[in-house]
Amino acid sequence: MAATTPQNAGLSAVPSYEQEQSQARFDALIEQDSRIEPRDWMPEAYRKTLTRQVSQHAHSEIIGMQPEANWITRAPSLKRKSILMAKVQDEAGHGLYLYSAAETLGTPRDELNDQLMSGRAKYSSIFNYPARSWADMGAIGWLVDGAAIANQVPLCRASYGPYGRAMVRICKEESFHQRQGFEILLALSRGTEAQRKMAQDAINRFYEPSLMMFGPPDEQSPNSAQSMAWKIKRFSNDELRQRFVGMIAEQVKVLGMTLPDPELRFDEETGRWIHKELNWDEFMAVIKGNGPMNSHRLERRREAHREGAWVREAAAAYARKYENSEVA
Amino acid sequence: MSSNTWPLWEVFVRSARGLSHVHAGSLHAPDAEMAVRNARDLYTRRNEGISLWVVRSEDIITSDPDEKDSFFESPQGKDYRHATYYKASEGVKHL
Repeated sequence: MAATTPQNAGLSAVPSYEQEQSQARFDALIEQDSRIEPRDWMPEAYRKTLTRQVSQHAHSEIIGMQPEANWITRAPSLKRKSILMAKVQDEAGHGLYLYSAAETLGTPRDELNDQLMSGRAKYSSIFNYPARSWADMGAIGWLVDGAAIANQVPLCRASYGPYGRAMVRICKEESFHQRQGFEILLALSRGTEAQRKMAQDAINRFYEPSLMMFGPPDEQSPNSAQSMAWKIKRFSNDELRQRFVGMIAEQVKVLGMTLPDPELRFDEETGRWIHKELNWDEFMAVIKGNGPMNSHRLERRREAHREGAWVREAAAAYARKYENSEVA
Repeated sequence: MSSNTWPLWEVFVRSARGLSHVHAGSLHAPDAEMAVRNARDLYTRRNEGISLWVVRSEDIITSDPDEKDSFFESPQGKDYRHATYYKASEGVKHL
């Protein structure tokens, strides 16, 4: 039975007849693998969980623009520069699709922005690592976007309609992101000794953080079971991590590079990939705001918002003037 | 934080000549012209469309989801409105 928060918890712990009916309808839709739409009744805990997940996802896309935008002016060729700009523009678009989906749950855009900029909201911890070299653009595309795709493909079937639909659009656009990253690394792997070293160094730094993008191990992820019961999540953190590490273990061979994990092997008996112990203390520290780039990323986001204020004000002023002249 | 949020607009994209405009999603914009421009940048970055409609979300009138059972009751049980209801003529050619 799905846990629900009574609407008027203070008044009565016993749900009314209407609430029970609504809950039964909701449970039936989930059971049938149907979708919940914005104006349907839903348990408060479902609404809250989704608002948090979808808005964190949106924040991650928006903050995720920064490490790559940082390299646009230093891209090694006009082609790479055009590709990187298209990718960063996609991340902005993905953020906007997701904010729209989050808003259908009842929290206005300003409030969501405010949660991010005031530091109350979380976003993917991977973006709190610096992008030090051009090869990082390759490693981010291949590993970070690769992990994101592995996570996002099952979300296309998430039980909340607007979220699933946003994810379908995002996944379609995301596939080029991973390929362009892989091809950056491929070009470097065929280059000079220094370029190969740069590529390997980027892989070494992003391997572990990208595996941690799937979240804590299943036994330490208390909310996962509920999210799976609600069919927001379809696979557990460890299952998805498994799938991903298996894919990159093969792909890295094409690059002629190695993953920094001597323990990595496919276990024939269990049919599972074994990887090294991940540093979850570091993960928790970065999530809590103590990563190398947390304060920088948030400050940059606030700065962009401040610097864009005059554009928003001018557009609003123009809209008001136009509206008045229409009426007159 | 800006206190006057831009209004919400719903975006409809026609992907090719001969097809209907289909709802693509929503966005915030200060006015209609900016809404169309933002819709182009947000929903047609890969040639997804040849025509766009935007409409203020608040101007859309919807049926009430809580009354959907009674509201859409009329066609129920009227399967004689479908060709598949007519079994006796099965196997007759060009019918």
